[in-house]
Amino acid sequence: MSTLTLGQALNAGLRRALEDDDHVVLLGEDIGTLGGVFRVTDGLQRDFGDTRVVDTPLSEAGIIGTAVGLAYRGFRPVCEIQFDGFIYPGFDQIVAQVAKLHARTQGRVRMPLTIRVPFGGGIGAVEHHSESPEAYFTHTSGLRVVACANPQDAYTMVRQAIASDDPVLFFEPKRRYHAKGEVDVDADLADAPPMGVATLAQRGDDVTLVTYGALVQVARDAAAAAADDGVSIEVIDLRSLSPVDYPTIEQSVRRTGRLVITHEAGQQGGVGAEIAASITERCFEFLEAAPVRITGHDVPYPPAKLEQHHLPDLDRILDGVDRVLGRPNSLTGVEG
Amino acid sequence: MTLSDGRDTDAHHRTDRPAQAASEFVQLLDPDGARVSAPGYDQWIADLDDAALLALYRDMVVIHRVDAEATALQRQGEIGLWPPLAGQEAAQVGSAHALRDDDFVFSSYREHAVAWCRGLRPEDLLKVWRGVAGSGWDPYELGMATPQIIIAAQTLHAVGYAMGIQRDGTDQAAIAYFGDGATSEGDASEALVFAATYKAPVVFFCQNNQWAISEPVGLQSPQHLAQRAAGFGIPWMRVDGNDVLAVMAATRIALERARTGGGPTYIEAVTYRMGPHTTADDPKRYRTDEELDDWRGRDPIARLEALLRSRGALDDDGASDIAREADAAAAAVRAACVSLPDPEPLSIFDHVYAEPNSHVDRQRDHYARYLAMFDEPGTGGEGGRA
Repeated sequence: MSTLTLGQALNAGLRRALEDDDHVVLLGEDIGTLGGVFRVTDGLQRDFGDTRVVDTPLSEAGIIGTAVGLAYRGFRPVCEIQFDGFIYPGFDQIVAQVAKLHARTQGRVRMPLTIRVPFGGGIGAVEHHSESPEAYFTHTSGLRVVACANPQDAYTMVRQAIASDDPVLFFEPKRRYHAKGEVDVDADLADAPPMGVATLAQRGDDVTLVTYGALVQVARDAAAAAADDGVSIEVIDLRSLSPVDYPTIEQSVRRTGRLVITHEAGQQGGVGAEIAASITERCFEFLEAAPVRITGHDVPYPPAKLEQHHLPDLDRILDGVDRVLGRPNSLTGVEG
Repeated sequence: MTLSDGRDTDAHHRTDRPAQAASEFVQLLDPDGARVSAPGYDQWIADLDDAALLALYRDMVVIHRVDAEATALQRQGEIGLWPPLAGQEAAQVGSAHALRDDDFVFSSYREHAVAWCRGLRPEDLLKVWRGVAGSGWDPYELGMATPQIIIAAQTLHAVGYAMGIQRDGTDQAAIAYFGDGATSEGDASEALVFAATYKAPVVFFCQNNQWAISEPVGLQSPQHLAQRAAGFGIPWMRVDGNDVLAVMAATRIALERARTGGGPTYIEAVTYRMGPHTTADDPKRYRTDEELDDWRGRDPIARLEALLRSRGALDDDGASDIAREADAAAAAVRAACVSLPDPEPLSIFDHVYAEPNSHVDRQRDHYARYLAMFDEPGTGGEGGRA
């Protein structure tokens, strides 16, 4: 076991992938000499050379589009998008090409791209540096979408994403880059939970709280606070946003009867909406209350001094818990 | 007998070119079929003997005929849509004949002749247009990607593929086919940036057919499209795209540069789309008969035929033989098209992912159950949908 930050764990996972497969090529802005603006690729160009760890021109469509060509040629590109809000110039190549080429060619051309995206807020950044664009991609068939929340998963899941023959949008919780944890760097990938499986971050009996990315830690803190109040919360770290591991959520909700979903992204058309609808369809008769979503507001990501009012925090999550428990909450007495 | 004019003997080893003037327009075969000399280019087609010229002619005649058959099939309701290539036979056949089998093509949706020259099977030409498949052929079998419908997206794919060639250390090349309209897309410029930065072995082959549906090329650029390449540090050539020899010479120059580490080249082949954008288009709304007549006088097939006849390489009997061959190819395409079976309903779920996917697998299962209801007596599903 090694103690690594989430960022260091990603670095170790990328290093391992570069060692394991000559066809792995990293592409991105500032990922070479600088080691990435978050240093996730630190030292990789020095050790693997500039044909495998490639500093690219400032063009997200160029990064993704050339990665498509490299994949056509049999390579396994790993693209870094510098910040969440910078992915949109590459959006067309992702949704119109990367997501569809395998189906378009009846399975003849594989697109084993990994597209790494630091996402989410809480770091006091300027506009376009704190977004949560994951729902655009969960809405796009042909893509897998995952988010890691701790160093061990960061290490394992980035290797799984690169090894996957499907394209993977890999969301990294940027405010957790410096969070430390134990990482078993020698563990066999075959022994790790599959990338599509959700995991229990905290066992509990009264309420199921589903989240991913940076909010997993906030949800755990909320569960600890609720425990002091006699409420037992089960926290599920979703890990895979597409496809969603419904059996794991369903199993929990059948026990607790209550579901809260929380994410930084806005509510409308979000991952939480999809989970709330799907769980309602799958196990309506087990629900004691309507599922509740605690999310970022449906507003442009606000300036840094206001982000505390935008991001779900411990208290807002517990307010949602109170709602599914029918306890006094912020919406008590509000109709509709 | 070959086409050498005897002046340039350093032949294929030269990849440098004469100084590029904005007025440059390379022509080796004038509209009347007379061989004209263009220093720096002549030697690149000097090896073409009568047999090679006839092969170019045959491919152009055959694909022209097949193209017309596809339009007829659309009019008869056998396919949903067709983007005719008529007028662009020389640009496509000339460049395709310059390629090696192990080069890789990334094209747009009108490059039927390129696919034909790379060994397309008749049954694969119309699968997409009949709506039975997302792609007609195996890209790795033909050395040609599935044609791209998003304008200019394939230019980046070609550059990425070429970057892969560099990493594999081979002397292959990639070629991107795109049109005048595509030059305005961001992807096209970004492809030029990446190609120039990494000196990727790629050829940018722009068929300027004057029209992007109803928009004239002047709406995309106030100067020749090829000149844009200079700003990216990429050498360019502007050639008569209706002159199969000029096209072939330019493409060979570009490919040789790519194979020998010289990086990308931009070719603007000046041609004309004689037909509509697609069978759903009505070009009478935006262009004149005079313009069409003018371009009819620069027909790419007629001028090669005139050259062949002047060389004694083709007579009426020979031309008739090739016309019959073209009719047979068109008949084969038609027969293959009308006998393409409709795909199985559940195949829409195939290959969405390469690996098992719980979400799509569940939807497939549910839809299969739904369809199965129509097969079971007593469920009210007589006349079922599957």
